[in-house]
Amino acid sequence: MAAVTETRVALRHRLAERGIDRQLLLLGPALLFVVTLFVYPFFYGIGLSFQPEQGGPFGAYRSFFADAYERGTLTTTLWLSLPVALLNVGASVPIAYRMRGRFRGKRLLTTVLVVPITLGTVLTAQGLLNFLGPTGWFNRTLMSLHVIDEPVRLTHNYWGVFFSLVITGFPFAFLLVLSYLSGIDPTLEKAAATLGAGWAQRFRRITLPLLAPGLATTFCLTFVLAFSVFPSAVLVGDPAGETRVISIAAWHAGYEQYDYPKASAIAVVMGLVELVVIAAVLGWRSLLYTGSTGGKG
Amino acid sequence: MSKFQQLRLEGVTRRFGGQDALVDLDLTIERGEFIALLGPSGCGKSTALNCLAGLLPLTAGRIWQDDTRLDTLLPEKRGFGMVFQNYALFPHLTVWKNIAFGLQMRRLPGAEIRRRTDEAIALVHLEEQARKLPGQLSGGQQQRVAIARAVVLEPSLVLMDEPLSNLDAKLRLEMRTEIRRLHQALGLTTVYVTHDQEEALSMADRLVVLRGGRVQQIGTPEQLHTQPANRHVADFMGFRNLLPMKVVTTGVSTVVEGGGLTLQGTPVGDVHPGDEVVAGVRPESLRIAEDGFPATVEVVEYQGREVAVEAVTDAGQRLHLRAADRPAPGDKVRLAVDPAALLLFPAGGAH
Repeated sequence: MAAVTETRVALRHRLAERGIDRQLLLLGPALLFVVTLFVYPFFYGIGLSFQPEQGGPFGAYRSFFADAYERGTLTTTLWLSLPVALLNVGASVPIAYRMRGRFRGKRLLTTVLVVPITLGTVLTAQGLLNFLGPTGWFNRTLMSLHVIDEPVRLTHNYWGVFFSLVITGFPFAFLLVLSYLSGIDPTLEKAAATLGAGWAQRFRRITLPLLAPGLATTFCLTFVLAFSVFPSAVLVGDPAGETRVISIAAWHAGYEQYDYPKASAIAVVMGLVELVVIAAVLGWRSLLYTGSTGGKG
Repeated sequence: MSKFQQLRLEGVTRRFGGQDALVDLDLTIERGEFIALLGPSGCGKSTALNCLAGLLPLTAGRIWQDDTRLDTLLPEKRGFGMVFQNYALFPHLTVWKNIAFGLQMRRLPGAEIRRRTDEAIALVHLEEQARKLPGQLSGGQQQRVAIARAVVLEPSLVLMDEPLSNLDAKLRLEMRTEIRRLHQALGLTTVYVTHDQEEALSMADRLVVLRGGRVQQIGTPEQLHTQPANRHVADFMGFRNLLPMKVVTTGVSTVVEGGGLTLQGTPVGDVHPGDEVVAGVRPESLRIAEDGFPATVEVVEYQGREVAVEAVTDAGQRLHLRAADRPAPGDKVRLAVDPAALLLFPAGGAH
């Protein structure tokens, strides 16, 4: 028995020396799951997109790009998701920067900022309709204060979707930025202060460069989240016009026209556009310093 | 940068949520002095340094640089250099840019920035490493960058917060000499925080011993070493044997007894017959002598030229001493101490 145990230990050590950890085999079932439920349908969809009923292998793509109404969904979606991602990241930075220290009520404030994550898009949409709609509190207050004479249209158009994406996307961005910021050693700023740097210089020369790689990652995540917008574009947007985003086009092709190859082609285009944006951002990120930031992050 | 004649701390106090971190620190620092703030962790020495740097606001008190009031200025306006315990080098900037940072903040001309940065790099012998990032340097090299970054501005005061505590023993000794050499070469006024009494004694012109946020004693290394003001300073200055005893007679000679021993000592402050005192003696002042009191050797540690011995008296009192020859554990020895080397502190001690 002892001999058997010995050889077992020895085998594990021999494998470990070659960088093999047999316990990773336990990942097998999960891997199988991912392959059957994600990788296979993914490649099946790509294959499907090259098999339209007419127009050769690229027919579905050609018909998407030939039709201005379809093609326009790309710019519509980018025009929504890029500003939203920028705003979410941009607004997170000053708020997280103020909140990186310890202060009374920090936990409460963080909770309030993060709660929208738990709401879900439908609840957010309903809240937006009640609040920003033509007879919502926002418009009624402004009208009773005589700031405006007619209700401002903030729902069922671009702005409705925009606000909805900010409400659901900001908490993600904020949490990520906060954790990146708390990974930066606070004594670095103290050191910069003793070297004569005012707060603006400290932020621009020390904190921001160390935070930038984290901001790039955060931007990518919130961008992808906003780019694949669907429910709020329908519920608080104008799904036939101003906010006809690309996922609506794909859904339309797939489940109203039953043109699966075209729906797949739109999905592939969607994925490629996301990849291009992410590649651009990460390419820029790779030019930055990405090592240790001194803190415990 | 402006040189001052005197830096005065008047009643500098800092409280954290009702907790006294530093109470009524009065200290005058003369130009060119090397001051060490010494004490165990939590004694307020780092608080004092951060208050000086402006990184912590004062709860009470004032700081004057000649006739200018400093404690209301932001840290970036004080013109002090600071070396942090973890070095706090900017990880995304090269060694050269780290050192040039302060000069750039002063908006000096480019040529002057280059000249002074290169000089500072040469001063700490890091020419080879100038283009590297801090993460690529060893601990000692990072330490030297931190020092160069603080002194390149020729600050009126350099603050050092336990700068050697993250280094290994050999490097610590080297850097100690290096810092003292820089101090002498540049004539920098320095305030140096440490918990290592040996480091403080060897480097500083004057020491400030703190305990519980209060000053225990201010003096030269010799004064602190030979005349500690109370038992806490004595404890910190290497008086490893601190025995609770009672005064029997005072006058020409002061006699104390306790733990089965009767000894002659030198009182520090007022003592009267019947008072409780703490009798302090250094291990090196306790000698093995024929006319002494009996004790039994328990532990012997080899320490190069001599051995450190722990012995127990018949009444069970543990004593530390040094011996030239090497006694064996279990040996019976007789110990004696000169009255001048046995200091008697009032048992309450100063606060």
